[in-house]
Amino acid sequence: MASIDIRNVRKNFGIVSVLHGVDLSIENGEFVVLVGPSGCGKSTLLRMIAGLEEVTEGEIRIDGMRVNERAPKDRDIAMVFQSYALYPHMNVAENMSYGLRIRKAAREKITAAVSNAARKLELQPLLARRPKALSGGQRQRVAMGRAIVRQPKAFLFDEPLSNLDARLREQMRAEIKKLHRDLGATSIYVTHDQIEAMTLADRIVAMHEGVVQQVGSPLELYDRPANLFVAGFIGSPAMNFLSARYEVGAGTAGARLPDGTLIGLSSGYQLEEGAPVTLGIRPEHVEMSPGSESSLRATVDLIEPTGFGIILHLGLHGLPFNVFTLDRAALTAGPTVTVAFPPQHLHLFDETGMRALETSL
Amino acid sequence: MNNYSTFGTALHRLAILCYVVFALFPLFWLLKVSVTPNDLLYSEGVRMWPSRMSFEHFRFVLAHSAFPVFFRNSLIVAGATAVIVTLLASLSGYALSRFTFRGKYWLVALMLLTQMFPLVMLVAPIFKMLSPLGLTNSLTGLVVVYTAFNIPFATFLMQSFFDGIPKELEEAAKIDGATQFMAFRQIVLPLTLPGIAATLGFVFTAAWSELLFALMLISGNSAATFPVGLLTFVSKFSVDFGQMMAAGVLALIPACLFFLFIQRYLVQGLTAGAVKG
Repeated sequence: MASIDIRNVRKNFGIVSVLHGVDLSIENGEFVVLVGPSGCGKSTLLRMIAGLEEVTEGEIRIDGMRVNERAPKDRDIAMVFQSYALYPHMNVAENMSYGLRIRKAAREKITAAVSNAARKLELQPLLARRPKALSGGQRQRVAMGRAIVRQPKAFLFDEPLSNLDARLREQMRAEIKKLHRDLGATSIYVTHDQIEAMTLADRIVAMHEGVVQQVGSPLELYDRPANLFVAGFIGSPAMNFLSARYEVGAGTAGARLPDGTLIGLSSGYQLEEGAPVTLGIRPEHVEMSPGSESSLRATVDLIEPTGFGIILHLGLHGLPFNVFTLDRAALTAGPTVTVAFPPQHLHLFDETGMRALETSL
Repeated sequence: MNNYSTFGTALHRLAILCYVVFALFPLFWLLKVSVTPNDLLYSEGVRMWPSRMSFEHFRFVLAHSAFPVFFRNSLIVAGATAVIVTLLASLSGYALSRFTFRGKYWLVALMLLTQMFPLVMLVAPIFKMLSPLGLTNSLTGLVVVYTAFNIPFATFLMQSFFDGIPKELEEAAKIDGATQFMAFRQIVLPLTLPGIAATLGFVFTAAWSELLFALMLISGNSAATFPVGLLTFVSKFSVDFGQMMAAGVLALIPACLFFLFIQRYLVQGLTAGAVKG
């Protein structure tokens, strides 16, 4: 197990720059998830840590040792690929033991390590099978087994669950979490699925266009997104955004919507009077109680029952707006509803898209 | 719908049958003439099978002609060429498939260029080059020439096989602790066996049946290969078809055995299960 330090790391492919100076410190035993949309540079960063891509600029340290120039084999890390990348001409046991065999480990040690990993992952009955005779979930488990037999300093996961169906993904997600709890190994996990990020991570690193947007615990990112990108990316259904202008009076602050409605805020912000702002509120935080002070009328466009709750697609002055509610009465809502925004759940972003800083009123 | 598909299948099979008959008929004729006694060769007219069979041609070819020498020479030349070309082509094909390096584009263009000339054009210069090196009238010379001419195509063939092997497999091996070369030898190469078999087979047959250079570079029987040797059955006044065909049948044997040996590697689907398809 090891700590991993990433210092001002940049990556260019020819003239295209994909990472613009990433700084990140990963503690020993921590589970860090890199999350972001396709092309944000998260996989490239992971591959650089693994040694599969060269570092254009900056430094990567594993356990305090600079590894920029080291071959992957000398970094003592393990990686689980999205495509599993199992060796097709070897059976499950051979796949898992390959790393130990080429490191010339003692035979008894290899047997013990493989059977230990197989027991953990419930792979014992499959040890003699070739990868092509396995299901997707089983292949995934073999790929994990191959990673854990070597007891590496760190685990790298490159979207390991993307090829599985939804149910299996949930199951494997829980298994990965359990595995991390048992092994306590430093893990870096890349995904574009924010649910995976939320459920697995000790810390999430949200990335966009080669820049780290925010680093924090899952709930920090959910409760206090640093900017519009993180606010929109974390959470499903996604946060609603409304354009407004900031207004401040004696002991009150509010956001004035274009139609003139004033939405009350719970605190003041370091913003100029009349500054353009973006007001954000999560669909699950919108209240559907008529008669409150800052309530708005919206038209119902679509009702989506998910079983657990109901997603209402509303039109608010012609703009799309989502509400998530557990109240089944919403199934028959319409044609218009009244919604209200509890001030404690409002997020305010300034003109540049950054979270506005709060002040006392 | 069902009737139509049955009819379609029948038509399909019939077309394949026609093609197979068409393709195999010359081989059949080869065999037929080789077992026809000399006295029946011209007297019986066109028949599908002679009224009397005889192996006299085979006996003569094996016992009284230089054919065993030709045969041995061909085996050495074709075998050596196939092995050398496949070895070099798998290395160069791998490099072209996996690495980016300066001049790669021009290297590929140059290799393509070599494939554009009719070989006849090159006979004289090659002879001129090999002669002072003492490589004319020698099996080594033939191996060198055949290797040079077969490498470009074999490289492209191997490259396409390497392209079909997911890069992640090597990356996984490298992370598991393998060097680039170990990943190539232990992971990529076993998965490329079908490609290697195909390349071996292709180069072997090409070298086995090459006539032009063998004819120009070799004089005398001691270093002649079997296609050159076949011409010894053509004399000034007659062609000994029976013996020629018997020699031809014998010459088919190694090629058949060779393909019989490699055919199990030619079977595709070896990479199934490596990555999610």
